[in-house]
Amino acid sequence: MRWAAVPLLTAAMIWAVGGSAAARAELEFDGFVQGNYSGRLSDTPCPSGTSCDFLLAEERVQLKLDGFSEDGVAAFAARVDFFHDGVLNHFEAEIRELYLDLIGDHVGVRIGRQIVTWGTGDLLFINDIFPKDWVALFTGRPLQYLKIGSDAVKIDLFPAIFSAEIVVVPFFESDRLPMGDRLIIADPLPPEIPRNKTSPWPSVKNTELSFKVSRYFADWEVAAYFSKTFYRSPATILDEAPEPSEIQLFFPRLNTYGGSLTGGVLNGVLSMELGYYDSVEDRDGTNPGIENSQLKGLLGYNQPLWQDATLGVQGFAEWMQDYDAYRSSLPPGDLRPRDRLRWIATTRFIQRLLHQTLTLNFFAFWGITERDAYLIPSVRYAFTDRLWGEIGANLFAGQESQTMFGGLDQNDNIYLTVRYSF
Amino acid sequence: MSFRNPHRFLPVLLAAIIVNSITADAAEEPAAGEIAARSLEAFYYPGADMQARISMVLFNPQGKQRRRDLTMLRKDFGTSGDQRYFIFFHAPTDVKGMTFMVWKYPAKEDDRWIFIPAVNLVRRIAANDKRSSFVGSDFTYEDLSGRDVEDEAHELLRSEDLEGRPCFVLESRPKTTAGYVRRVSWIDQERWVPLKEEYFDARDQQVRVFTANEVVEIGGHWTVTKRTMRNLQTDHYSTVVFEEIAYDVGLEENLFTERYLRQPPRKWIR
Repeated sequence: MRWAAVPLLTAAMIWAVGGSAAARAELEFDGFVQGNYSGRLSDTPCPSGTSCDFLLAEERVQLKLDGFSEDGVAAFAARVDFFHDGVLNHFEAEIRELYLDLIGDHVGVRIGRQIVTWGTGDLLFINDIFPKDWVALFTGRPLQYLKIGSDAVKIDLFPAIFSAEIVVVPFFESDRLPMGDRLIIADPLPPEIPRNKTSPWPSVKNTELSFKVSRYFADWEVAAYFSKTFYRSPATILDEAPEPSEIQLFFPRLNTYGGSLTGGVLNGVLSMELGYYDSVEDRDGTNPGIENSQLKGLLGYNQPLWQDATLGVQGFAEWMQDYDAYRSSLPPGDLRPRDRLRWIATTRFIQRLLHQTLTLNFFAFWGITERDAYLIPSVRYAFTDRLWGEIGANLFAGQESQTMFGGLDQNDNIYLTVRYSF
Repeated sequence: MSFRNPHRFLPVLLAAIIVNSITADAAEEPAAGEIAARSLEAFYYPGADMQARISMVLFNPQGKQRRRDLTMLRKDFGTSGDQRYFIFFHAPTDVKGMTFMVWKYPAKEDDRWIFIPAVNLVRRIAANDKRSSFVGSDFTYEDLSGRDVEDEAHELLRSEDLEGRPCFVLESRPKTTAGYVRRVSWIDQERWVPLKEEYFDARDQQVRVFTANEVVEIGGHWTVTKRTMRNLQTDHYSTVVFEEIAYDVGLEENLFTERYLRQPPRKWIR
């Protein structure tokens, strides 16, 4: 949320929720207090500026306020976090969500900061192009912090035969990617050269648009997606190569087209998703700093095994479009070239025990092509309805530092989360 | 006793009425299958729809309690016993807003979805685990949403009084693998709801027992408003209390869709 909009939106919420039902509104207030700590397992010496022992050490309060008008035509939600970050040693407030809902018979409008989740993947995303916090995942924060809110207007349409969602995002938000403050990362760019990062400026031309249309055919949910957006991790341009004086970081335009299918097969749930990433600013694939266009596909299957146990498996492939152009555009002696086709497989196993108070969760991410891996084992115990604790680990492995998880190899960590809800 | 939703039970009921009218003087007992069908009808199908505020309390052997507050909405669809459910959690705070939607089909696996509000995520989940625990309680999904009369073979053992109520004592054996091998039910002969059920395992040990603690007539339907399920092996037990319940409230057909899974219909869920 751009800060100036907060009082305006708050006033609009109070007016809409309070006014629409002649002040007959309901309010609900709750939240949680949480401690979240993550310690590095390897004893690698850290570069200066990288927090070595702890990747994460924070105490956090989340306050949640929900309001509904009695007649059900207006609602609002606010989720505001206040936290102390012991690693970067600062206090901060963060608006996670703050939105107003206007609800009609065949239309719904949500205005404000909101989390949008699309697609069928488990930690693999194709048509969900909304911002994500990868640092949160890698440092052992609860999964809800993987998603970042978008400052958006979302319009949901419900004509009888299908559902449509339109998301308009005027304010660009990038992904939060691993940086040297908490994580030891292999930076392929020369560290001594100054960097200049520019984000898309809010304008009509830079407004992101996303559409989803879905409906059921018998038991199968079929959806189609389109987004006019930007890559959320920056592209790099070195001016005056081979002796650059500045590195330009920017977010290239991206259009995505895709579809998904979900339904029951045998005793489980099968999901399929496809997406085409049209790299608008490098359609011929000759710019090595900008991602080439790609075709991405995902096949997933989830099935209960025995009582309170489920197993999920996924296969994922990413196919680079202009591979020859990509190869010939690489500077000589440069990075390990990427493969044309990249395969990934994942597994998730969940077992709940002791009347579902104890949860064992194991997620494994296997980069078949890049020969790297990421494992997340965890154990969560609910001491009471209000108090739970979780211990887990983020374990990275890889033979080459230029692969996604190979590059994070020195960041294996064990984390602890304790949350008290009120 | 009214039958607003004869559904698939209609042929059985018609047959029963004919048989009963012919043999009324002889005071002959109805067939086991008919008793089972009428009991399922009374227990799982009262009214064309239902709105209920429910509190579920889980007691461990040490006496420690956990509590789930939820709203359940149910609507019957068509004439073959299809039903759709919403289960919306109000408490505990950590799962507040989490919602299950179930499309129940007597003849095949249900469709089930979950909404997780913290990430605004709707996920379809597999539903072949009808016999696994509902949110950690001693009740299974099946205990809450019902079985099909054809899932089990029924036999009438005897008639006897249970706490002053005349009951049919019915033995039901699942035709395919289930969480039990044999179930003995005491079915109220006038109200048709089960007052007690005992579940036995393969060694014929009693593993679970269901008790209807309170039966009240609501909107013309006899309703078990307080029930207990006890696991006799662990001594863990769970109670379900219907704090508010109403039938035939006019739930809309389009309510049971992903739209309302993401955005609970405040008119019905409070």
